[in-house]
Amino acid sequence: MKTPIYLDYAATTPVDDRVAAAMVECLTTSGNFGNPASRSHQFGWEAEEAVETARANVAALINADPREIVWTSGATESDNLAIKGVAYFNQKKGKHVITSKIEHKAVLDTCRQLERDGFEVTYLDPDEYGIVSPEKVAKAIREDTTVVSIMHVNNELGSLNDLAAIGKICNEKSVRFHVDAAQSAGKVEIDVEAMHIDLLSLSAHKIYGPKGMGALFVRRKPRVRLEAQIHGGGHERGMRSGTLPTHQIVGMGEAFRLAKEDMGKDLEHVVALRKRLLDGLSSIEETKLNGHESQNYPGIINISFAYVEGESLLMALKDMAVSSGSACTSASLEPSYVLRALGLDDELAHSSIRFSIGRFTTEEEIDYVISKVENAVERLRELSPLWDMFKEGIDLSTVEWAAH
Amino acid sequence: MAYTEKVIDHYENPRNVGKLDDSSENVGTGMVGAPACGDVMRLQIQVDDEGVIQDAKFKTYGCGSAIASSSLLTEWVKGRSLDDAEAIKNTEIAAELALPPVKIHCSVLAEDAIKAAVRDLRAKRERTSELETEGKAE
Repeated sequence: MKTPIYLDYAATTPVDDRVAAAMVECLTTSGNFGNPASRSHQFGWEAEEAVETARANVAALINADPREIVWTSGATESDNLAIKGVAYFNQKKGKHVITSKIEHKAVLDTCRQLERDGFEVTYLDPDEYGIVSPEKVAKAIREDTTVVSIMHVNNELGSLNDLAAIGKICNEKSVRFHVDAAQSAGKVEIDVEAMHIDLLSLSAHKIYGPKGMGALFVRRKPRVRLEAQIHGGGHERGMRSGTLPTHQIVGMGEAFRLAKEDMGKDLEHVVALRKRLLDGLSSIEETKLNGHESQNYPGIINISFAYVEGESLLMALKDMAVSSGSACTSASLEPSYVLRALGLDDELAHSSIRFSIGRFTTEEEIDYVISKVENAVERLRELSPLWDMFKEGIDLSTVEWAAH
Repeated sequence: MAYTEKVIDHYENPRNVGKLDDSSENVGTGMVGAPACGDVMRLQIQVDDEGVIQDAKFKTYGCGSAIASSSLLTEWVKGRSLDDAEAIKNTEIAAELALPPVKIHCSVLAEDAIKAAVRDLRAKRERTSELETEGKAE
């Protein structure tokens, strides 16, 4: 077993060897290096063909038409293009946007920018498990609402929203429905038709493809119109200019083709490892699983180890790559905004660790992680004055702290 | 974030972890920070009759730098008078551990902890001597 053990698949994934092999074919003189936009020679035609094959593979994974796929530099750009694009295009109709408090920063910060530009944004509260209720979306929709943006799987919690129900509501009220599917594409089923999705952001590097590559699904029937955010040569039907990076696109296409082929197997693997991890850690007292127990993508496991601060725990787990909702990992001193939005105590938010597992995680690695975490939590609780107080029966919420 | 060797050493081998008898009049306790902020330090000192710190113990809930700051502090205060202990500055702790700017608050917390422990001890002793004086008056 190789250390450090990688358990941060929600941050990024390694490129699958099969994907890397396909990408390498599109770079050098002996390969498919042409500009897909060159219409006058074979180099261009071959590159275009590779790009279109990839487009079909991406479309197939989400039950879309290849003509509905727009290449971007990643899910962040897709989120920007979808939300700003639709909001600006429809601003004569209305200037109201709906999203949730636990969206990725790519969505939240884009909404902040719209607010600076005179738009009004409603940020819905998720429930305590990180699920946005379709009823809340329905209630928030107004005459002047033009777009609703809700993520599929939350990156910190793994909680999974009921897209079909939200999509149906948006469809009935003729409001555009955008979904950030960076964490879910290729891992759980997505059907843009059945779920009434108008725009869907995709990322390659979360599903064993390359970084710097993404796509936006833009519905054609009925046509979703949006204002381009990057102007230039009119690539991607004018929605996103810029020379297409053939090797990146081919990588994403191959990653998505493999994801469709292996989805059942990948999911089964992740479900089994999640169970193994949770069973193994169940001997530790005073832990809390954050997120939803069943309505989730099982590859993301977020646990609070009460009375142990997250960053100190990360320090003890130095031979594994995990992340923490602790403020100490950022300069702001604020713990994870996602965990806070669930109504979790700040103390528990500071004490949280996210394990995210994937295609290449092994049982041996999980067993190793379990024993390391058990030891670290025990050792740090021995060091924790809060653990002492808890053991003495003191209710920490009644203590008056000298906050700083 | 990369930690300095000194922080890692204190984190992996914390000095003077534990608890002193808070009911003893020779023991002062300083508890600073808040769980919501991600760090709580409990620092305890025990003095002899001359007011020299004989023993110090700590427990800390917090990041590695917070643990290291408090562990280092327990080493430093032993053998010092209360005045000397109180004079320890957070900048000395930060410099010794080479804390990065985002971790300076950990050293501030440690300074607060020793000040609070000394204050607690002095308050205890004042109460005791008042009681003694009252007793003599009768």
